[in-house]
Amino acid sequence: MDMLLGKLSWAAIPTDPIVLVTMAAMALGGIAVFGALTYFKLWGYLWKEWFTTIDHKKIGIMYVIVSMIMLLRGFADAIMMRLQLALAAGGGEGYLHPQHYDQIFTAHGVIMIFFVAMGLVVALMNIVVPLQIGARDVAFPMLNNVSFWLFVAGAGFVMISLVLGEFAATGWLAYPPLSGIEFSPGVGVDYYIWALQISGLGTLLTGVNFFVTIMKMRAPGMTLMKMPIFTWTALCTAILIIAVFPVLTGTLAMLTADRYLGMHFFTNEAGGSPMLYINLIWTWGHPEVYILVLPAFGVFSEVVATFSRKPLFGYKSMVYATVSITVLSFLVWLHHFFTMGAGPSVNAFFGIMTMVIAIPTGVKIFSWLFTMYKGRIRFTVPMLWTMGFLVTFTIGGMTGVLLAVPPADFVVHNSLFLIAHFHNVIIGGVVFGMFAGLTYWFPKMFGFTLNETWGRRSFWFWLTGFYFAFMPLYVLGFMGMTRRLNTYNNPAWDPYLNVAFFGAVLIALGILCTLIQIAVSIRDRKQNADVTGDPWDGRTLEWATSSPAPYYNFAHTPHVHEIDAFWEDKQAGRAYRKPAGYAPIHMPKNRVEGIVLAFFISAFGFAMVWHIWWLAAGGLLASIATFIALTFNTDVDYHIQPDEVEKVENERYAQLENAKGRG
Amino acid sequence: MRKPLLVTLPLLAMAALLTGCGSDIVTFDSKGQIGIEQRDLIILSFALMLLVVIPAIFMTFWFGWKYRESNQEAEYRPNWSHSTKIEVVVWGVPCIIIAILAWVTYVTCHSLDPFKKIESDKPALEVQVIAQPYKWTFIYPEEGIATVNEVYMPVNRPVTFSITSDFSMNAFHIPQLGGMIYAMAGMRSQLNLIANEAGVFNGLSANYAGHGFSRMRFKAHAVSDEEYSAWVRQVKASAGKTLDPATYESLREYALQGVAEAHAADHHESLESAPVQYFPAVAPDLFKYVLDKYMAANHGDHAEHAKAEHAAHEANNAAAHAAAGGH
Repeated sequence: MDMLLGKLSWAAIPTDPIVLVTMAAMALGGIAVFGALTYFKLWGYLWKEWFTTIDHKKIGIMYVIVSMIMLLRGFADAIMMRLQLALAAGGGEGYLHPQHYDQIFTAHGVIMIFFVAMGLVVALMNIVVPLQIGARDVAFPMLNNVSFWLFVAGAGFVMISLVLGEFAATGWLAYPPLSGIEFSPGVGVDYYIWALQISGLGTLLTGVNFFVTIMKMRAPGMTLMKMPIFTWTALCTAILIIAVFPVLTGTLAMLTADRYLGMHFFTNEAGGSPMLYINLIWTWGHPEVYILVLPAFGVFSEVVATFSRKPLFGYKSMVYATVSITVLSFLVWLHHFFTMGAGPSVNAFFGIMTMVIAIPTGVKIFSWLFTMYKGRIRFTVPMLWTMGFLVTFTIGGMTGVLLAVPPADFVVHNSLFLIAHFHNVIIGGVVFGMFAGLTYWFPKMFGFTLNETWGRRSFWFWLTGFYFAFMPLYVLGFMGMTRRLNTYNNPAWDPYLNVAFFGAVLIALGILCTLIQIAVSIRDRKQNADVTGDPWDGRTLEWATSSPAPYYNFAHTPHVHEIDAFWEDKQAGRAYRKPAGYAPIHMPKNRVEGIVLAFFISAFGFAMVWHIWWLAAGGLLASIATFIALTFNTDVDYHIQPDEVEKVENERYAQLENAKGRG
Repeated sequence: MRKPLLVTLPLLAMAALLTGCGSDIVTFDSKGQIGIEQRDLIILSFALMLLVVIPAIFMTFWFGWKYRESNQEAEYRPNWSHSTKIEVVVWGVPCIIIAILAWVTYVTCHSLDPFKKIESDKPALEVQVIAQPYKWTFIYPEEGIATVNEVYMPVNRPVTFSITSDFSMNAFHIPQLGGMIYAMAGMRSQLNLIANEAGVFNGLSANYAGHGFSRMRFKAHAVSDEEYSAWVRQVKASAGKTLDPATYESLREYALQGVAEAHAADHHESLESAPVQYFPAVAPDLFKYVLDKYMAANHGDHAEHAKAEHAAHEANNAAAHAAAGGH
């Protein structure tokens, strides 16, 4: 049996009642979805139109869906942790044993960073960047499909670990020696490693894809300094991904060698250096923070300009600030471990470099504020998220600079103050940014706008929930409460932890409002249809085409003269002009290889987790074979004929006429 | 706009809580010179940053309110997007503030270096700290005693904690006295603290180290010289064994069993901290023995060389950084 199934056996199925209930719910939900898809005969449609698609817009939408599902899982973990600490008041045990609790906080971190925040960032880059630069698709459309499926595979591993075996109980960065084989002999860390290796490969390919797309496929006239800010931030994010994801891969590979081959890169014994791992993982980890937050800054830049009806204030400053943050993000990793005992001058260097990042970030905040200044501000839902961000992120930035002062950090390092800080910037920055972006570009994805009322409710629950959930954590940090505790004996902490739990409940209501918002918006899609393709009076090229954008994006490649290209066209009366005729459009074809490749790579990863060597070898060989086979496939593109383009475009012009008539 | 009220309410509540139960906010109620200096640094840093943060937050509300679409009386400049004056201010002011904060950082990094001995007319008390799964062992080389999960220190006498770990990475932290430092296997880090007031303070591991880490709590007692001497006598008179490598390893073995068992699904160990234990005598080089378990392995056949090198490190305070920062 060992040959056949490796470490896998019936004992791998957890017996914890909480996990069993979750398993049952997941199974029922899965069966219901599977049954519905079969009953309505949707499998063929999904396969042809979605799973094998190379259309960046559809891939973006699939990223959104997977990320939102993972958000629900990650948030379930969060509220379980808050409940544990609320119930453990007065020295009690709570309801989660440490072995379970430790997996939950690890899974929460991994899911929220890799499969929610990253997923949403990549989703928006996919949906927006090619449209903003006037391209037909990304540079490597099939690679984009591969990236998505590798991302799904990684997320799948985290989900499978819930019902088969265990997840890592090491914290989200799996510091050795704790994550080594001596202290973590189970499969949890292996799930962690392969989930990150596989999805990380997908992310790296995404980085390459978008770097090339932005550098090579911009519309004529769009010089770098005329690129929309969101595209600028996507470019910087792509550069950061290319630079640092290989570091993550290499670091995890060394950890893998320690765990599988008995090597000693990071062990306590035999010359291993756990400190090396911590340095390496943060060499990736700090830039990762900017990989997430830069595109969020890009979203706010677009939203604030559109809804203030003014160009972005200080475009050049904004670009220089973004680029300097990109560069500086490589020079600050040590601030995650000032308490490791480096000398005072080393600590001072990294502390000061960290503070220096606050300068361009502050400039950005003021640029957004001066964009609002002397504008005509419409408080739509994306603008509310932006306002919430401006206040919340400023507070988070301030506590971040405090943590950058090493002697101050010595007191609150690893404390709940730190937890409050990074949730303050990640929720206040990335999550608010992604929600702003999704609401803003939703009509471009689906052709109708989201319901405003439920959007506003969601925003206010999230905002107040955030303050109730995390402000007490700042105080708890000053009260000497460290992170990742699952029991405690300090009664002074009780009330704060209860308030934090209440905050988490408010956020849960916020998420519920989002779900209702989506349902209500789908119900009312006819009333909220975006017939012009430009529901917000937008400024950049993505609003020049219809909503949802046709599969070829633009009938004619647009020509760009100004930063706010579409706004200038509207001002000059050049927008919506019907062309004299159409030319054939060269387009990529859908490909099955992406999902097949990801399937074999997943089989390899799963086999590695469970030491099923025959399957690992088979999966790896099949992946390589698929990869070679796909390079022989020459049937990868086609031309859309002018009459077909004309048909689609005529429908759009009819719709526009209709809208004008009604308006 | 409902926002100002909704956002400021929790902030106000927080401020009220902060002032209402001040003594529980240990960072702001520090009982030692290091902690007090760190607290002052925190307050100074906040004050400097608020110079930018308050205007930014104020401007968010002010601009948002004044330039709302329904206020048609407000000026609207649809093409205005550049002002050199404003750009100079938004780059310049943060630069100045960060320059000041950078200078403060450089100075305090050196003055509050955890490895730096605290100036005092009394000689520092040396306490050796070993993080074990899941408890703390404290060795008092001067007194020749050792304890588990209990520290005593005389008030107003500096204490040099020499810290290592005999398993995963931990952080040694007594929040009410000041900063922390990591405990790492094969490494000797140092933390210099002083208690200027008598009291019993909570100590903990501030770095997650596995399932039992929540239990790694201890009490640090700051007492008068007389009480300290009395406590030392009490430990010396206790009935425990001498803490030599064999006894030490038996302590550790017991703890490691916990780690292994914890991986069996249904095993739920106690959530209580390990009980306080006293050892009336200690083998002279026990701390070095624990360090060398990993150091010796690092140098392969050159274990003797490693020991000699380590002795040289101990002689020299500056070398202590090398021991912790990379060997």
